[in-house]
Amino acid sequence: MSNTHYVRSEMLSEQEPPAATTGAIGWVRENLFSSAFNSVVTLLALAFIYWLLAQALPWMVSPTWHASSLTECREIIAELGYGGACWGIIRERWLQFMFGFYPKELYWRVVLDFILLFVALAPVLFTHLPRKMLYFSAIYPFLMPWLLWGGTIWNPVMAALGFVIGYLASRHLAPVLGNLAATILAFVLPVIWWIFLSGPVADGIASVLPLAIQSVESRAFGGYMLSITIGVVAIALSLPIGILLALGRQSNLLIVRSLSVGFIEFIRGVPLITLLFVASTLLNIFMPPGTDFDIILRVIIMVTLFASAYMAEVIRGGLAALPRGQYEAADALGLDFWMAQRLIIMPQALKISIPGIVSTFIGVFKDTTLVSIIGLLDPLGLSRAILADAAWNGLVWEIYGFIAVMFFIFCFSMSRYSMYLERKLQTGHR
Amino acid sequence: MKKTVLVGALAVAGLSAGVAGAATLDDVKARGKLNCGANTGLVGFAAPNANGEWEGFDVAFCRAVAAAVLGDPTAVEFIPTTGKTRFTALASGEVDLLARNTTWTFTRDIDLKFEFVGVNYYDGQGFMVPKELGVSSAKELDGATVCIQTGTTTELNLADFFRANNISYEPVPVETDNEAQQQYLAGACDAYTTDASGLAAVRATFEAPGDHILLPEIISKEPLGPLVRHGDNDWGDIVRWTLNALISAEELGITSANIDELSSGTDNPEINRILGTEGSLGEMLGLDAEWAKRAIKAGGNYGELFEKNVGETTPIGLARGLNAQWTNGGLLYSPPFR
Amino acid sequence: MSTMTDPPKESFKLGMLIYDTRYRSITIQIVALIGFLILAGWLINNTINNLAVLGKPIDFTFLRDPAGYDINQRLIDYNSQSSHWRATVVGLLNTLLVAVLGCITATVVGVIVGVLRLSNNWLVSRLMTVYVEMFRNVPVLLWIVFTMAILIETLPAPRDFRGEDPEASMLLFDSVALTNRGVYVPEPLFSRGLGDLPILPDTDSPACAIPEDGGPVSDSCGMFQISLDFLLIAAVFLAGLYASSKIRQRADRIQNETGDRPTTWYLRLGVVLIPTLAVLAALGFHLGMPELKGFNFQGGIYLRNSLIALWLSLSLYTAAFIAEIVRAGILAISKGQTEAAAALGLWPNRIMSLVILPQALRVIIPPLISQYLNLTKNSSLAIAVGYMDLTGTLMGITLNQTGRELETVLMGMLVYLSISLAISAGMNLYNQRVKLVER
Repeated sequence: MSNTHYVRSEMLSEQEPPAATTGAIGWVRENLFSSAFNSVVTLLALAFIYWLLAQALPWMVSPTWHASSLTECREIIAELGYGGACWGIIRERWLQFMFGFYPKELYWRVVLDFILLFVALAPVLFTHLPRKMLYFSAIYPFLMPWLLWGGTIWNPVMAALGFVIGYLASRHLAPVLGNLAATILAFVLPVIWWIFLSGPVADGIASVLPLAIQSVESRAFGGYMLSITIGVVAIALSLPIGILLALGRQSNLLIVRSLSVGFIEFIRGVPLITLLFVASTLLNIFMPPGTDFDIILRVIIMVTLFASAYMAEVIRGGLAALPRGQYEAADALGLDFWMAQRLIIMPQALKISIPGIVSTFIGVFKDTTLVSIIGLLDPLGLSRAILADAAWNGLVWEIYGFIAVMFFIFCFSMSRYSMYLERKLQTGHR
Repeated sequence: MKKTVLVGALAVAGLSAGVAGAATLDDVKARGKLNCGANTGLVGFAAPNANGEWEGFDVAFCRAVAAAVLGDPTAVEFIPTTGKTRFTALASGEVDLLARNTTWTFTRDIDLKFEFVGVNYYDGQGFMVPKELGVSSAKELDGATVCIQTGTTTELNLADFFRANNISYEPVPVETDNEAQQQYLAGACDAYTTDASGLAAVRATFEAPGDHILLPEIISKEPLGPLVRHGDNDWGDIVRWTLNALISAEELGITSANIDELSSGTDNPEINRILGTEGSLGEMLGLDAEWAKRAIKAGGNYGELFEKNVGETTPIGLARGLNAQWTNGGLLYSPPFR
Repeated sequence: MSTMTDPPKESFKLGMLIYDTRYRSITIQIVALIGFLILAGWLINNTINNLAVLGKPIDFTFLRDPAGYDINQRLIDYNSQSSHWRATVVGLLNTLLVAVLGCITATVVGVIVGVLRLSNNWLVSRLMTVYVEMFRNVPVLLWIVFTMAILIETLPAPRDFRGEDPEASMLLFDSVALTNRGVYVPEPLFSRGLGDLPILPDTDSPACAIPEDGGPVSDSCGMFQISLDFLLIAAVFLAGLYASSKIRQRADRIQNETGDRPTTWYLRLGVVLIPTLAVLAALGFHLGMPELKGFNFQGGIYLRNSLIALWLSLSLYTAAFIAEIVRAGILAISKGQTEAAAALGLWPNRIMSLVILPQALRVIIPPLISQYLNLTKNSSLAIAVGYMDLTGTLMGITLNQTGRELETVLMGMLVYLSISLAISAGMNLYNQRVKLVER
């Protein structure tokens, strides 16, 4: 073999890619100006963004934070020489937008309540947290109304006791009376306890040991606090109802199934606003003569019914997504219906449904603005009341903008979280 | 299951009030609070301030009733009601008293089964137009676009007025005063119609109030008054005579400033009877002797309430007009306390 | 769900109602039914008692009374002397109008945005993401109020069109006026029109009263009027389309037989256009232009602000959801499908219409229809901008003037329920048709 060979014996060193395809320039070329059409579109979009900012920014940056009435704002803006927003109203009323008419010295209770909400939700949502925290999650549903509405601590304690009674009944009566009787008693005993006994017992203990915090009427609720309260309570209550409805809809018992389907389709078929009309004008008529529920409680009831129908569909989706084999395996193990649901089906179905549940919550939370139409003072309703103050009458954009931004922050962060969950759950299943 | 328990817990926690029985007075006393139906927000008549306290002319009347019945003008729960929910709220017993600029009409009194206890503001429906439109009478509004608040008697009056004068118009219904104002100022409607007091109040908040005029026609009578449920006459009497006490107090010169002085006894027997130093009017109502004194002291007599909330010294700047005492050419005429 | 089989031929015992799975399901159902009936009976009983106390027994006769209020947008004859019933129908038609318009626009915008979100132009896809997130995360009620405020504040008032040197002018050769009261567009008029066809005689309508001189009942008597002109034009147009499709089928056949496709586009176009144009000419078709007269523009079709605000905000809001559905639908089709189709030698547009779209639609359509349902239900928020839909008339002013809460709210709910059920029935039908046969 001679020494003339044309096969390269060592690799050439890698060349730098052309400057036009790397770095910022490359990125711009590839993503913004990849073709003539794309360039035009990019320029149009840039022009649009510029136009929008040029309109909005000067208006938003307006030195009216300390104005105490619209007239003062107008004076400041007149000096400015261009249209500006009047932010004084936000400075003066933002606490009202947050807490409504809740007593000022008790704001901490509301804040604490919603912080605890996250503590209670954390072990459900983040699986790596210690399981012991679930005990707090179980206590929270009783703690929350107590903190918000105040009053004696014995009411929530007695309410919780009902569940304990039910649990004890199902646990300890089963060997004595047989499974079915114990199950029935586990349902019946707590109901008897709640309806007939818990009230007097709570009163009795309260008179001996009055552990109470200042009670707050629900009429004092307003602003975002009202929206969040309605949203959270309705979603929390709708979860168990939704599970039952979803099971009812899947059931092969004809009457149970038709009742569930009828309820779900009825609620989903009418607009929420008509249900709120029912809450505001009709619910008292449906109750025994003389009953007078608080309007906020009535709204919570109707929103709960509304949310449970949607929740039922979400959970039904979760149930349907479970492989058939899971049901068959549960049957093969000889589990009865409720055991199979509790140990095999529901833990998986609920886990799949979490993103759906979160988006139902976002929907319900957004829909709470509708209560302003029946005269409740949620942020939107409150804005109307506040604008009736002669000092601020005539403002529009500042208030609506503020409300919209707050809603956006709440809902956007929740929807991002649900997307994160969705991704996490997906990888867990494939 | 969970639902029952929470509803139960909430209910016991004092959320749901008691039973709306026949005797409203007993209910109010037992509760220690007066439930008063108010507007969700109407300039000068009802609006929450920065501290969350309700203020306004209608609100002040509720406080006077609370002072008379419970001895404390702050013992009032204001329940915001819309045009749609107000009557249901009263009929179902959710509120004891509706003081929400409600027009006294035959059907509301008879068919809806309410009892108007009197008139606390004589109003009438008017029109506001921009000056540059060059209109001087409502009859020139043929083909105009008119903004109008829904859920009130105003839309019926408007339909009747234009029908009677055989001219056409385009109604633009709006939910709140604020939206109407926005549309009107932007020129989306040529005219804005509502109660004349409301027009004046709205105009007062404009940047240039002088550019807008109220047309001379008042197309309806709008006697606005507090109302209670039919069938509880004792309660109706209390509310009615609280209103009368406020009106009489102005006529007789009882003010919140001199009331303590006057209640030590005067030469005028009617003043004495009102303030409870003579006779037993309070007992007859089922209250104590000083009920009217407390009611007047709560915010002042009718004239004081008017001046403080909607009068000429306020931005709203309403003149007394029909709402002056009969001695000054107005319509306020309280039956005698005797 | 234990499925143990019990030993046969056991005589029936009462305990088996509880312990035997064969009978237990019956027991549970009967208990559920009884519970439901007790609950329903309790509610109805309460209602009757309460209404008796209030002195307002259930009574629908108020529907025949004159409504007394005016409605600005009415698709059928209506004035303040018409009955509450007619006002309800006016409201229902307004609801349907905005729902249909909204669904169409929302679909168009949603599909465009959904596709653009997948665009390779970074700026555009980001802009679309911002749009979607903005609309999805703010309550629709706020958007409705916002849109209305924007329309009112940014568009010129009719008075700005007046004078020597007006601040605003009409668009498109003086045929379209954008004002802050609404949009005026030319309306089709027929100088030799055929008149209207009344349907569903409505005895409450004042037009149906028999004139005092005993003459014939007025032409405009009826719940609805349908213009005969439009019927005729529509009929001719549809007939043209049918003929055109016949021509296409023939062309297909010839192509299949001979391999050559005859050129038919001018035939197909002509068969649709010429008869339609002929009918239009025969009827004396011309456009009625809006003109500024008095306080307002007169003539033309007047799309009120409230309609436009509601229509726009509902469409944009729903479009944000539809965009996500469309995006998910397109992403759900695996890339292999495109590649396989390309390997078969199909053109890109054929790949889209024959391979991608049919599969994507199966994913897209069911959630799309439930968005239509949501839009229809959300249209009940019309009240916020004063659009007189069913909620504004029946459950709004009528409720308020007559004090008949139970009757009006129940009627309203029933109407919405029937609309929703009709839409879901349509969806189920579609689902049955496209269902993949699995397992």
